[in-house]
Amino acid sequence: MAVEKLSTRHLLGIKDINRNDIELIFETADNFKDVINRPIKRVPSLRDITIANIFFENSTRTKLSFELAEKRLSADVVNFAASSSSVSKGETLIDTVNNILAMKVDMVVMRHPYAGAGQFLSRHIKAQIVNAGDGAHEHPTQALLDAFSIRQKLGDVAGKKVVIVGDILHSRVAISNILCLQKLGAEVMVCGPTTLIPKHIESLGVKVEHNLIKALNWCDVANMLRIQLERQDIKYFPSLREYAMMYGLNKQILDNLDKEIVIMHPGPINRGVEITSDVADSKQSIILEQVENGVAVRMAVLYLLAAQND
Amino acid sequence: MQKRTLLDGQKFQITIKRLCHQLIENHNDFSNTALIGIQPRGSYFADRVKNELSEVLKKSTILKGNLDITFFRDDFRRKDGLVSASSNTIDFIIEGKNIILIDDVLWTGRTIRAAMDALLAYGRPAKVELMVLIDRRFSRQLPIEPNYIGHQVDSLNSQMVRVSWKETEGEDKVILISESNK
Repeated sequence: MAVEKLSTRHLLGIKDINRNDIELIFETADNFKDVINRPIKRVPSLRDITIANIFFENSTRTKLSFELAEKRLSADVVNFAASSSSVSKGETLIDTVNNILAMKVDMVVMRHPYAGAGQFLSRHIKAQIVNAGDGAHEHPTQALLDAFSIRQKLGDVAGKKVVIVGDILHSRVAISNILCLQKLGAEVMVCGPTTLIPKHIESLGVKVEHNLIKALNWCDVANMLRIQLERQDIKYFPSLREYAMMYGLNKQILDNLDKEIVIMHPGPINRGVEITSDVADSKQSIILEQVENGVAVRMAVLYLLAAQND
Repeated sequence: MQKRTLLDGQKFQITIKRLCHQLIENHNDFSNTALIGIQPRGSYFADRVKNELSEVLKKSTILKGNLDITFFRDDFRRKDGLVSASSNTIDFIIEGKNIILIDDVLWTGRTIRAAMDALLAYGRPAKVELMVLIDRRFSRQLPIEPNYIGHQVDSLNSQMVRVSWKETEGEDKVILISESNK
């Protein structure tokens, strides 16, 4: 039996982990997928660990997915939402987290509207940090579960062509996905209106395409991102209707391709904008598998990080 | 380092045959009994028992699964590094069945404790019995005793028992390894 470890104490971003880490997470997640499909879905691995989910930004599925993962590992879980806390009275991030840690918390799962919040916190507190999304920077567990879902559907990530479509400029999912897929040997393209593609993104080694049909003809997998209206302080395109016409994926486009591609979406879906309902619910879509895999991948991340909490 | 052979050759084969006949005495035609090998090394032993039983009973449908206990261990975070998990392959319902848990070596009893926890996540068996090839008696840290024993050995905690299987290591052999005194 091999004895293995992650190379990092925190999971702040895909940038900080290597291919071996990603593969160890995937192998562990395979076993946790087996666990969550049993009649009794709980294992006692983390029963002496307390995890705080600190969400300074709204979240439904990521928070639920982490909470379920923690409970299935038998961890003690405390939840904290900034909107209903002393943060609104002016408390700083470090004070907030230190107060939570004084209650003997071992790990923190944090979502924050500012890029680098997890990195900042990791330099000031002892507990391990899992980044559940920091501004438009990184969302590592989403990238891991996306790559894990591609591996599950297509057998391997290496050599596959993945296009990420939509609001790349404001998307932490896009950045983490690009880094993760490239580390696993996939080719990545981004596609969207010029205004939503960051300048110099080619320096990350990705192709850029503004024509959706061309991008879909190139790829094996299309990851359709949500338009992040809440992060857009100016108008980046004339109207949602026009965006949907230019970059929305519908059944007709899919049927006209000469190959069958895999459709992904990190959710929540704006049905009829990035993707129509018939595409979201089609057999080519693995959106619900992504959600299921999210729990297994997060269980793997928490389990592997907890193993090195010395 | 000193090595003492505990079992090999014909004695190894006879031990497995004897264990299989003991199982048949208690479980007849195995119609409501299943074998579960504890991953990784117990699964090799369970494979061998299944083959032997199939031959004696002339029956090809003896249920056999593999159970991984990694996530149920009680030494998680108390060791350096992680033991990689193996897969579980239990493609039958264990509810109401007689289960024979199979492992190669019984030492402290902690693996078997974890295995029982892991097993119960699959349902409620009617009865669980334990079969081991080697019982390192007097070393138990938990009150666990096997129902079927291939060979008993009195050993020190500093000693190691290594079981080799023909399928994986090229020969059937059990050796007791001791650090030699300087």
